[in-house]
Amino acid sequence: MTRYSIFSLIKQGLIRHTGWKRAWRNPEPKAAYDVIIIGGGGHGLATAYYLAKLHGIHNVAVLEKGWLGGGNTGRNTTIIRSNYLLDPNAHLYEHSMKLWEGLSQDLNFNVMFSQRGVLNLCHSKAQTDAFARRGNAMRLNGIDAELLSRDEVRKRIPELDFSDQVRFPICGGLLQPRGGTARHDGVAWGFARAADQRGVDIIQNCEVTDFIIEGGRVTGVETTRGKITAGKVAMAVAGHTGVLAQKAGLTLPIESHILQAMVSEPLKPLLDTVVTFGAGHFYISQSDKGGMVFGGDIEGYNSYAQRGNLPTLEHVISAGVSMMPCLSRVRMLRSWGGTVDMTMDGSPIIGKAPIEGLFINGGWNYGGFKATPGSGWVYAHTIANDAPHPLNEAFTLERFARGRLIDERGAGANPALH
Amino acid sequence: MLLIKCPWCGERDMVEFTHGGDATKVYPKDPNATTSEEWHDFIYLRENPCGEHVEYWHHVAGCRQWLKVRRDTTTHDILTTAPADGDLDT
Repeated sequence: MTRYSIFSLIKQGLIRHTGWKRAWRNPEPKAAYDVIIIGGGGHGLATAYYLAKLHGIHNVAVLEKGWLGGGNTGRNTTIIRSNYLLDPNAHLYEHSMKLWEGLSQDLNFNVMFSQRGVLNLCHSKAQTDAFARRGNAMRLNGIDAELLSRDEVRKRIPELDFSDQVRFPICGGLLQPRGGTARHDGVAWGFARAADQRGVDIIQNCEVTDFIIEGGRVTGVETTRGKITAGKVAMAVAGHTGVLAQKAGLTLPIESHILQAMVSEPLKPLLDTVVTFGAGHFYISQSDKGGMVFGGDIEGYNSYAQRGNLPTLEHVISAGVSMMPCLSRVRMLRSWGGTVDMTMDGSPIIGKAPIEGLFINGGWNYGGFKATPGSGWVYAHTIANDAPHPLNEAFTLERFARGRLIDERGAGANPALH
Repeated sequence: MLLIKCPWCGERDMVEFTHGGDATKVYPKDPNATTSEEWHDFIYLRENPCGEHVEYWHHVAGCRQWLKVRRDTTTHDILTTAPADGDLDT
């Protein structure tokens, strides 16, 4: 397998880029594997990569019903941050952030991780206090956080609405300088290539139709390409965790909802950071191609349709225009929707399922992309050792029955509100 | 765009409504005799079907009545509606 470098690029340039080889194999599924990972998105591929790299488990298959990264990995707004208040979240996402910081070198694949900063705006004295509290909690957990004044925010992003007659004046903001964005498809491709190099079979167009359970233990799966047995089976299927878990007889504390995102036509450089509106739900950044990439709330009703409705787009855009009035004349290029697993406390589930040999990684709400390397890292540890890592031991499925919720937003058992 | 047929107002735009969640979950009859497992099931667990879903909607910007809706979660088609305490099949 070619190692990507400046030299490989020059060499290919000289022969008009005709010599690039495909980045991963397209193998037929074997009859048996040590570990089967269901779901060829970022999380599943990262799990396979870390299983092979850190735990010496190479006989692994990643089964994907469609194509690599075709679900939420390719549909998110690519924001990466670890600005969480609660300890379990802070530790997990900060671990992920540290992996992001070395990921392009580790994978030998440019994931275009850009630490351009993530700035949350606040619009009242009370919100400023709450942000100061979260910033302090972050710093106590070793995460970078800076509370900015109105003037400091204005210096960084003069395009925001600082006029006198606004409904939600900007009082300041909480900045995580190490936050940023990455190329989402590149993350899936980078993990796929690196996992494939370590012997992992990535099998696309292979949908899991049922689990094979013998004597209370999962021993394999039925797929559209035949039966495959495995010592361990691990789910990593984003918005469809509920549907897949039903096949194993599990009912989960999850509802599937739609989240939409949008991109504008490409513009000249306008915004060099990620900024979020604090008086509504709106987040925006500018892609390397120049498009303004933004999103907001979920639709609020259960759906697997992977498409949303116009009122939500209108709501998101109106929040954006009140934050950044110059957006009002920007033309929209595309909008799209993804199916997200909304859990009852707004935090993910990563750990062992109640059936022996089965593992669950899901319920990422709408924050899964930033967790991709960290999620794969802790999930691989959990699968290899049959026990969670300290970083994910709080994220069990059992926490709901035991009342140990991780409710970052404090919204209670209403998935549509997280 | 979803047009939801309110039993009192007829077909109205979705923006007048708020989603009220899974309508198959029934509040325990006798809270004092309800076990932890039953509470866990009522509060947290959801069938979350890919297909027909029976759910509550609140016509909050209209007649303010609650209604029950059978909707397909793969197509967003509204199949039938009824008052919240009514029967979707009649």
